[in-house]
Amino acid sequence: MPRRDDIQSVLVIGSGPIVIGQACEFDYSGTQACRVLRSEGLRVVLVNSNPATIMTDPEFADATYVEPITPEFVEKVIAKERPDALLATLGGQTALNCAVALAEGGVLDKYDVELIGASIDAIQKGENRESFKAVVEALPAEWAAEVARSAICHSMSDCLEAVDELGYPVVVRPSYTMGGVGSGMAYDESDLYRIAGAGLAASPTTEVLLEESILGWKEYELEVMRDCADNVVIVCSIENLDPMGVHTGDSITVAPAMTLTDREYQRMRDVAIGVIRAVGVDTGGCNIQFAVDPADGRMVVIEMNPRVSRSSALASKATGFPIAKIAAKVAIGYTLDEIPNDITAETPASFEPTLDYVVVKVPRFAFEKFPAADPKLTTHMKSVGEAMAIGRNFTEALNKALRSLESPDAPFGWRGDPGTLDDLLERIRIPHDGRLRLVMDAMRVGATVEQLHEATGIDPWFLDQLALINELAGAVRAAPALTPELLRAAKRHGLSDAQVGQLRELRPDVVRGVRHALGIRPVYKTVDTCAAEFAARTPYHYSSYDEETEVPPRSRPAVLILGSGPNRIGQGIEFDYSCVHASLALGDAGYETVMVNCNPETVSTDYDTSDRLYFEPLTLEDVLEVVHAEQQAGPVAGVVVQLGGQTPLGLAQSLADEGVPIVGTTPRAIHLAEDRGSFGEVLAEAGLPAPKHGTATSFEGAKRVADSVGYPVLVRPSYVLGGRGMEIVYDDEALASYIGRATQVSPEHPVLVDRFLDDAVEIDVDALFDGEQLYLGGVMEHIEEAGIHSGDSACALPPMTLGREEIDRIRTSTEAIARGVGVRGLLNVQYALSGDVLYVLEANPRASRTVPFVSKATAVPLAKAAARVMLGTSIAQLRREGLLPDQGDGGSLPPSAPIAVKEAVMPFNRFRTVDGRSVDTVLGPEMRSTGEVMGIDAGFGTAFAKAQAGAFGPLPTTGRVFVSMANRDKRHMIFPVKRLADLGFEILATSGTAAVLRRNGVAATVVPKLSERAGRGPVDDSTESHELLPAADEPDLEGQPRGSSIVALIRGGEVGLVVNTPHGTTAGGSPRLDGYAIRSAAVARNVPCITTVQGLAAAVQGIEALLAGEVGVRSLQDWATSVRGNRAVDAVDAWTGP
Amino acid sequence: MSGGNPAAVLVLEDGRAFHGEAFGAIGQTVGEAVFSTGMTGYQETLTDPSYRRQVVVMTAPHIGNTGVNDEDAESERIWVAGYVVRDPSPRPSSWRSRRTLGDELRDQQVVGISGVDTRALTRHLRDRGAMRIGISSVSTDVDALLAAVRAAPAMSGAALAGEVTTGERYVVPAHGPRRLTVAALDLGIKTMTPYRLAERGVETHVLPATSSIADIEELGADGVFFSNGPGDPSANPHVVGLLRDVLERRLPFFGICFGNQLFGRALGFETYKLKYGHRGINQPVVDLTTGRVEVTAHNHGFAVAWPGGGASTDATADTDFGRARVTHVCLNDDVVEGLALLDAPAFSVQYHPEAAAGPHDSAYLFDRFTDLMEGRP
Repeated sequence: MPRRDDIQSVLVIGSGPIVIGQACEFDYSGTQACRVLRSEGLRVVLVNSNPATIMTDPEFADATYVEPITPEFVEKVIAKERPDALLATLGGQTALNCAVALAEGGVLDKYDVELIGASIDAIQKGENRESFKAVVEALPAEWAAEVARSAICHSMSDCLEAVDELGYPVVVRPSYTMGGVGSGMAYDESDLYRIAGAGLAASPTTEVLLEESILGWKEYELEVMRDCADNVVIVCSIENLDPMGVHTGDSITVAPAMTLTDREYQRMRDVAIGVIRAVGVDTGGCNIQFAVDPADGRMVVIEMNPRVSRSSALASKATGFPIAKIAAKVAIGYTLDEIPNDITAETPASFEPTLDYVVVKVPRFAFEKFPAADPKLTTHMKSVGEAMAIGRNFTEALNKALRSLESPDAPFGWRGDPGTLDDLLERIRIPHDGRLRLVMDAMRVGATVEQLHEATGIDPWFLDQLALINELAGAVRAAPALTPELLRAAKRHGLSDAQVGQLRELRPDVVRGVRHALGIRPVYKTVDTCAAEFAARTPYHYSSYDEETEVPPRSRPAVLILGSGPNRIGQGIEFDYSCVHASLALGDAGYETVMVNCNPETVSTDYDTSDRLYFEPLTLEDVLEVVHAEQQAGPVAGVVVQLGGQTPLGLAQSLADEGVPIVGTTPRAIHLAEDRGSFGEVLAEAGLPAPKHGTATSFEGAKRVADSVGYPVLVRPSYVLGGRGMEIVYDDEALASYIGRATQVSPEHPVLVDRFLDDAVEIDVDALFDGEQLYLGGVMEHIEEAGIHSGDSACALPPMTLGREEIDRIRTSTEAIARGVGVRGLLNVQYALSGDVLYVLEANPRASRTVPFVSKATAVPLAKAAARVMLGTSIAQLRREGLLPDQGDGGSLPPSAPIAVKEAVMPFNRFRTVDGRSVDTVLGPEMRSTGEVMGIDAGFGTAFAKAQAGAFGPLPTTGRVFVSMANRDKRHMIFPVKRLADLGFEILATSGTAAVLRRNGVAATVVPKLSERAGRGPVDDSTESHELLPAADEPDLEGQPRGSSIVALIRGGEVGLVVNTPHGTTAGGSPRLDGYAIRSAAVARNVPCITTVQGLAAAVQGIEALLAGEVGVRSLQDWATSVRGNRAVDAVDAWTGP
Repeated sequence: MSGGNPAAVLVLEDGRAFHGEAFGAIGQTVGEAVFSTGMTGYQETLTDPSYRRQVVVMTAPHIGNTGVNDEDAESERIWVAGYVVRDPSPRPSSWRSRRTLGDELRDQQVVGISGVDTRALTRHLRDRGAMRIGISSVSTDVDALLAAVRAAPAMSGAALAGEVTTGERYVVPAHGPRRLTVAALDLGIKTMTPYRLAERGVETHVLPATSSIADIEELGADGVFFSNGPGDPSANPHVVGLLRDVLERRLPFFGICFGNQLFGRALGFETYKLKYGHRGINQPVVDLTTGRVEVTAHNHGFAVAWPGGGASTDATADTDFGRARVTHVCLNDDVVEGLALLDAPAFSVQYHPEAAAGPHDSAYLFDRFTDLMEGRP
């Protein structure tokens, strides 16, 4: 069946901000979908609030709406664009939920929009557990398909009743949440109250499923694809190394399945196909999860996602079968046999990929960012990213994957005392992020596969493979000499030069030298979907220590682009955006582009993004080998390290030392910017001030610095990423506490102590420098004060309170820094404007997190231009070519330019402390956000309101606002709170705050902070005592029992907005306990929660804008036209502030 | 890691050699090199009689993960002439596993080699075509082994049915009440085929390849089935003659794999040797009758040549038994994967609807056969 001709335009919904459980895999799938639909000649309309995505680049759709993914906003887009069809199966749960809401609200009918991919009926059958269970049980009897025994509950009493039947432990799964939010395992009644209670609250339908425990069973997943002619194929089987009980997103997973016979696999396949047919997913991909009892093979179907999922992205990368692309094609009417397999070009997509390699995915966690969080792994996903590796066997793939994590503790090590067997066996019983390493440690002290299987439930096959690695390590260590055979065996099973070096007490570079001298180098094999049955056209490579390499020779000069590795907090999709752009721009400029990365969620690791793809760890060893292989294949112009964040930047010097040509800013210049002393000289030379600072290796030293620069001070370890370990301290006591906790302080690793600029305006700048000229990409003003990590701070572009003179100073200073450091390419500078002094906080000679935001807000492809500059093209030339505007820059936007507001999205709802409380939600100098959204509109208020709606949910326009301010903020709150009262809001406040408001003529109802009295929930016992009790002379809230606490009111949905700035000072790593329960309740209930006074002022502007009238939507393409048109007209009359 | 296994060597008839370690029995073997791309089902593959005199290269790197069990074998013994794998599993894991694959190969005297760059070997066979191969774990003398390889008989022209067929006829009873009786000519039949028939109430009488039309008629069977099997279809005139007898009597006929090739020859079509064959469980085949695509299990080195090529059309060809048409085509390379007579109750497929190993997408063909026997269109 050819493509449907009744569809001319398609609305694609993206997945919004990156959050845990829904990350850049949906950028990958959405980008593929947009590309496919456009190449089919369809008009593509896209809605996605996330500016860091590649899909929201104006060139990927005809009309790109960076607007909140809420039914209200998407309806506006539909009304404006009138698409024929809506494709919502590629934007994760967010898109699917939005589509369901639009359908149920009658919007799709009203505008005659057809939902393609999966119907509402199919979505509900697949996602509603009761109907899904019915689907599975109705399958042919000979398949013996069943689901785990379970009960649907809508209340706690339902839950208690169900447990009588099922027995403990039970799994709790809330309906319609993503990434397993609110799910968990209850071992007893108190667990049940806690987990099911939270689950009922988290579920939009107040529904949880209680399920018999299949803890410890083998877990599998099949990726299924169906077309409108009912052709169905299984794209990939995935087996989890961690057995049931750990969310699949947090599990180490392996493709293909390793421990199934054909009979079991085919039965699973039959059931999967039966399920997709019965659920009625007409076209597209879905994934189905299974559990198998290792004792007798009893198989149960766990769940299905009637959409493209995180696993689909993994399966696409693991097999070379582009699930999202094919899903988009079948959605518009093609059948699988009509779609060619890109990789072979001559065979169709109606087949099942077969692998002649093993793929291992490992999750990356961020528990170090949330010290209070419980690191136990459960059915509730907590990882923030993942790395994938491909090898010719499991051991090779696993070891490569572990070193791809770039976490020093991830790869196996054989040094040091592993501890006792009994202790280790005990510690591996509960899954946590470091378990695999401990399993290996247990092997080192003699644990048997049986003991380890008993303790962990990990399949003996995998454990035996670990034993193989351990035996090999033992042989490498014990051998009198490192023979070529032994070294070859070690490499064949994935041990790195560093690991071999550790075992032999040799430096990694010595091992590398020996290895090269012996001619032991990896070869590069190809991912080809067909195990070499047909020739592959797409050079998608992975390394292996095998015989024959498949890297084809080439004549054009190649540029290698090093990607950013697994997503983590502080280094995510934004860097992939820059890498992909560089690849596109350099490809256009005639280079052969070669991408090196190990993150399966990304667009950069799509086989058709670059001319060649190496799916490899980003370690020195692995990158050097790729460089070598490409140098054998043809000329190499250089390696790009500036665009993938800290990961490739950290390799720059070592690569250069090995003679690898680094393009753009030199490693020496990078060092100049990163080294405090040298950078201080650059600043001094240019006459630019920095906050006073010093370094210390002890408390006494730190105190001396603090005394001389004055409190408050910002303290941090010397080399940091994403603000790791950064804190603001206000007194000696807190400083002592910090130094006490910073265990790694040493002369090599001093602590930096900086004067912290209170009340400063923080400014972020992205710029390009070619050695001659500077192009100021954009100037962003943070909405929160300095001291909140720039990644967590909301910001506005153009800057809201800076005048033309200040922007000119910023431009001049940035150019001076760029020149002084020797930047060729991108530069990010952070400034603090305090008083009238523009302090330089730091400079990073690389692509920053904000590059995609700036590019979209100013309609200039900064990363593309940067890639060209790095390869030697001048800014003047790029202006002539039109890649950069012919005049003006991001600091001189015309008055008609939109205001763009970036807002960070935090993962606080994902984490619980060991005793089950939420982790605190206060922002600080350590970055903790996972993603961001952009609000874009003509005015700041509307843009801010959109950003809030996209990030957290819409700002309220009526109702109750709760205000509780720290003393230092009370003066600044009066104006905005008064305005809220004038706008008709009812103000609730704690007594201290209320008193200040009353004195300023604002009526406020006093409410106590006291938590629920029942005693089951968290009790906040740390607030100022006088605020704990209802004051006798304060009026009670109407309809509320006297003294209802604010926490209870928030939980009851009685409060529309919470404003709570943290009291007191940072007292070390423990969360400030004031207001903790309030903020937690707000997060749990999805009530907007503002924690800074500046945020409050911005919110008030947002609310005013919402009240002022209809908020419209406008595409980026439309904005760009108006900016470009006006740039020429009024470049001279530059924007000079409100 | 380098275990305690003796060194082994593999040599192809064009001289390319690979070094590895002994896997299974120690010894020397020669055969035709073929690669199989299935990721599951090595036990079924090893015991499939169609692999007689072939050395099978497994493209999936880990082999032996689920050991060897007592249920999944497709015949009484391992038939492959040799086995090439990359990473044999030291320890199997499956609740049904009874012994390791290495032990099973040793017990059945099957010579194998591990630690080989199986992908390089597969690419070589893909580019150069199927060829003879030798494995030795008694000597690593490449030249001596090469001489032995070049002295081995080629697959073209080989009549092998006699080496794999049953000596005595036997009966596989129907599950439940008997609906129909089928005479199945064993040219290398797999256990799963009569099982699939039995599931549909068919009692299968498995007959030796040397059986005559009288033997078949004596049974009073409702239909005749020709199985899969090894060798060159053009080297089996007796069986082709037998099939013509069946067709002349208008007995309902169904053939699988080798049975499909013999059906083609009985209709007067030629058969030819594919460059490197189809061996895997992921092959897309379109049923030209319904337009549906099936993912199918393949194991064939020969195929039927449709007169004048252009198989994927509705064109019919006239035969001694009326009009014939192509019913199934492989979407990868347009190879004929199924034939049917329009004027007589007979059809066949080149691939394996009985699966084992492989997907069950084509099980409907057994229903087609029972329909044919019961006179339904």
